[in-house]
Formats: sequence, C-alpha cells, structure tokens
Amino acid sequence: MIRYILKRVLLLLPVLLGVSLVVFSLLYFSDGDPARNALGQNASEEAVQAQREEWGLNDPFLVQYGNYLKKLVFDFDLGDSYQSHKPVVSEIADAAPATLKLALLSIAFATILGIPFGIISAIYQYSIFDNIMMILALIGVSMPVFWLGLLMILLFSVRLGWLPSSGFEHFNQMILPSIALGAQSTAVITRMTRSNMLEVIRKDYIRTAEAKGQKRSVVITKHALGNALIPIITIIGIQFGQLLGGALMTEVIFSIPGIGRLMVNAIKSRDNPLVLGGVLFVAVAFAIVNLIIDIIYAYIDPRIKSQYT
Amino acid sequence: MEQSKRKKRFRRLGDVWHRLRKNKLAMVGLVIIVILIFTAIFADYLAPYPYDEMHLLNTFETPSKEFIFGTDNFGQDIFSRVIYGARISLRIGFISVSIALIIGVTIGAICGYFGGKVDILLMRVIDIFQAIPDILMAIAIIASLGPGLSNLMIAVGVAAIPGYARIVRASVLSLRDMEFIEAARASGSSSARIILKHILPNCLAPIIVQATLGFAYAILNAAGMSFIGLGLEPPTPEWGAMLSSGRAYIRDYPHMTLFPGLVIVLTIFALNVLGDGLRDALDPKLKR
Repeated sequence: MIRYILKRVLLLLPVLLGVSLVVFSLLYFSDGDPARNALGQNASEEAVQAQREEWGLNDPFLVQYGNYLKKLVFDFDLGDSYQSHKPVVSEIADAAPATLKLALLSIAFATILGIPFGIISAIYQYSIFDNIMMILALIGVSMPVFWLGLLMILLFSVRLGWLPSSGFEHFNQMILPSIALGAQSTAVITRMTRSNMLEVIRKDYIRTAEAKGQKRSVVITKHALGNALIPIITIIGIQFGQLLGGALMTEVIFSIPGIGRLMVNAIKSRDNPLVLGGVLFVAVAFAIVNLIIDIIYAYIDPRIKSQYT
Repeated sequence: MEQSKRKKRFRRLGDVWHRLRKNKLAMVGLVIIVILIFTAIFADYLAPYPYDEMHLLNTFETPSKEFIFGTDNFGQDIFSRVIYGARISLRIGFISVSIALIIGVTIGAICGYFGGKVDILLMRVIDIFQAIPDILMAIAIIASLGPGLSNLMIAVGVAAIPGYARIVRASVLSLRDMEFIEAARASGSSSARIILKHILPNCLAPIIVQATLGFAYAILNAAGMSFIGLGLEPPTPEWGAMLSSGRAYIRDYPHMTLFPGLVIVLTIFALNVLGDGLRDALDPKLKR
C-alpha cells in the first residue's frame, strides 16, 4: 500500500511540473504589464523598468521559469505577491483553511444527505418521495452555485435575518456557503446512489439473501450498499474536484477570505506569482483528493486491494 | 447499394427519435431549447426595447406591464436584456463546444487509433489539463488572453477539451481491433479514412451526449466567469454579468438577480434533461 502511495506521489510530480509550465507560459504571454499595474498609471517609465528588472520580468522566458522552479524546489518559495509584497506561500497558507473547510463541509453535507436520499429513492422507486427527490435533484443539478448563493442570501439573510451573508469565522457563517456549494453535489450523489442501488438490488445474490430470510434492512445496508458504493465514491471524488472550482464562486458571493477570492483578485491585479501559486495549490489539493479516493476504494473493495499488495 | 445504406441510417435516426419522443422530460428540454434558439434568432423583433436603452426616469422598476421583468440600475429593460442574452449564451455554448469538440475529438481519435508513444505523450498533456478544475483552467486562459467574448469562448472551450479527448479515445480503443476495421485496413484504406469513415461514425453517440451536456457546462462556466468579473461586462447583456450587477442591489431590488438566474437554470435544466434523454435514446441497452 505504501509503495503504491509513493508511486502515485512520484507520478504526480511531472503533472505538477506540466501545470506550472502551462500556467507560467499563459501568464508570461499575457498582455499587460504587472509592474505598471502594481505601480499605477502615474509612475514614471524608469520606475516601472526598475520594478520589471527587480522582478526579473526582462529575463528570457526559460530563465524566468528556471528561476521560478529553482526557488520552488530548493526553498519551497513561490515568490512574493506583487501587490502585498508578502510571500505567496504565506498568503496561500492564510487563505487555504477557509477554502478547505468550505469544500469539506460541502462534500460532507452532500454525502450525508445524498446517499440516504438515493437509497430511499431506489427502495421506493416511483413513489411520491422518489418522484419529488428526482425532480429536486434535476433542479439541483441545473442550479448554478452563484445564483443559489444569491437566493439563499436573499431569503435567509435579507428577508428572515437568520444567518449572516458574509465572513467565515463562526459556524453560523459557514452554513449558507456550505449548503449553496454542496447543493449540486447533493443532487448528483442522490441520482448516482439511486441508479446504482437500482442496479444492484436486482442482482441474484440480493434475491438469495432475501430468500434465505435475511432482514430487508440488512440486505440493503450490508449486501446492496457495499457493492453500490464504489461508483458512488468515484462520483464523490469527482464532485470534490468540482467543489474546489465552485468554491471560487462561493467565496466571491459570501466574501470568504479563501483561495478563490485571493486568486480572482490576483488575476484582476495581474499578480502573477499569486495566480501561479494558487493554481498549483489547487492542483495539489485535487491530486491528494484523488489519491485518497483510490485508497478508500481499496478498503471497500477487496478485489482492488489485492492489486496493490 | 448506397441508397439502401442511407435508408438504413435514416431508419436508425428514426428509431432514436422515436425513443426520444417517449421521454417526456427530454421533450420538455427540447422544446425549451427550440424556444431559446428562436428567441436568439428573432431577438430584434421579440425584445420590446434595445438591450442598452437606458430609461433613466425608470431605474429599479419592479416588474410591470411596461417592463415585464422590471428595470435595472440604469433603467435598462431586464426582459429585453434577457432575450438578447440568449443570443450571447447560445453563441458561447455553440462556439466553445465546437472548439472543444474539434480539438478533443482529433486528439482522442489519434490517441486511440495509433496508440504507442503519441498516445502516451498526448494523454500526459491531457492529464496536465485535467489536474486543475475546468473553471480554473478557463480563468488562467482568460488571464492570459484578456477579457472579451471571443476570448471567453476560447477559454471555456479549451478547458473542456480533456473530457472529449478521453471519451473519444475510450470509444476508439474499443473499436480499433474490431473485424470491420481490420477489413478496411486490409482493403488498403488510409488511416485518416478509417478514422473518419468507419470509426468516428460509430462513436457518435457518446460524442453527441457529451456535446449536449458540455453545452450546458459551457454556458454555466461562462456565466460564472462573468459573475466573478472575469468574463463579459455590462452593458453586454450576458446572464452571468447581469447577475453580477444585480448582486449589489439584492437587498432592495431582488428582481434584478431573479430573472437572469431563472433563465440560466431553465437553459441548463433543458440541456441536461435533453442530454440524459439522448443518452438513453442513442443507447437502448443502457436504458433501465
């Protein structure tokens, strides 16, 4: 197992290198001058040139990229933000907890609701509950997080005054953003759980379990769910990746000081080191999630586990 | 011979249509899409006002007979803007899906058909693109190209390439060693001809489904980018941009965000159910 994890981590390195190269090139070839942007329109041409020189923006592409990699690999240094002049690593470290908390709460919310909803829908297929759930899920899948977020602010913050519409320090500030961000995933997980359960409960071994007099609850939770779970976990993993992207919007709507808002502002002010650092952070987070999902597979499915050892 | 082949193809299309028609939800989706396309084409005739006409005496009007969806902070008629917005969103969907489709299908077909080093190399590039969420990739591309409609379409389209490439590659792989392909190869057909004439027509089903769902995704991503201020900006009547400008006034004038959002949901909903319906209709084996 450990060998497998090590292998996966090693395989990740070239991908991250590629991500950094792609994004670095994109930013390098972008129009607009970060130095001019940072110093303002009134700064003299000399001052801008001096700033470009200081940030190494006049160097050829390969030299710039090489220096970036060198600092990253040897000193774990992603450079300094052009705007705040603080190290990018510490900017990201400050913003990351909010984003991770938001994404984790959302996926927890989506899983805790989505799996039971899906199971009940499958057991009582075509019942009123099933129909209502499926309609809600369809609407949920089509609902953009930025609109749902606004509607929730309108209802729960403006009209009812129950929950705050911004900030991310106390638990009550986290409720609305987590639900808004998790709603779509809840819908997807519900649908996926339902269709997998429907497939599994028609299998022969389920009929056998029922025929031998096993209690229905045990058949559902132990025999059926166990086998339906693998594709469901795949979907949860994919959803978690999507959530990292959706978190960006959610952070803007609810004024949450996370990676997303940091990056949106960084792009608007051409703060290239911060943009690059943010993208790399998300890529690493994304990869770790995928790795964890694969490890969970092994624990649930002995057939997969045997491949690792 | 050629004629009977064509007849056969038509009959298959007829079967698909027949199955699709039985799916009520998919038909609802199809009707909504047709209405949207109609709206986009005839926006000039349907909209009561030009999308950027400011009625400065009627700012922030709630929905009324004169302004069905109300007016915004500049006194622009929201109904007219939503109608013109259909034009923009459909264009974004169409062009970015085309970009993703053309490049993605080409990459996927080449990887799947030739395999070997080309496959390994191209798939590693796809891995890199898939290592970060689509929307983030699109944002990075916009950061490079700058704002604007065509750049937005490129960004959203390029970010979606990996999905198409993977799907096509997988279906090509499953077809590559089939007997009819071997026969074509033995009779001396070139690789390009085999891919275009024999392989791609046989993996059309997953491509069509992915394109329909991708259309929804493209509109959603573009609206999201406009919403966070990295896409289109007012006075362009893009639905996401309208939401973004309405957001500042949500406390007092929620109608500014209500209607553009509703149209986005309706569009995405329609494309989603149509995509699901097509999936079932194109592949009856999958239907449960």
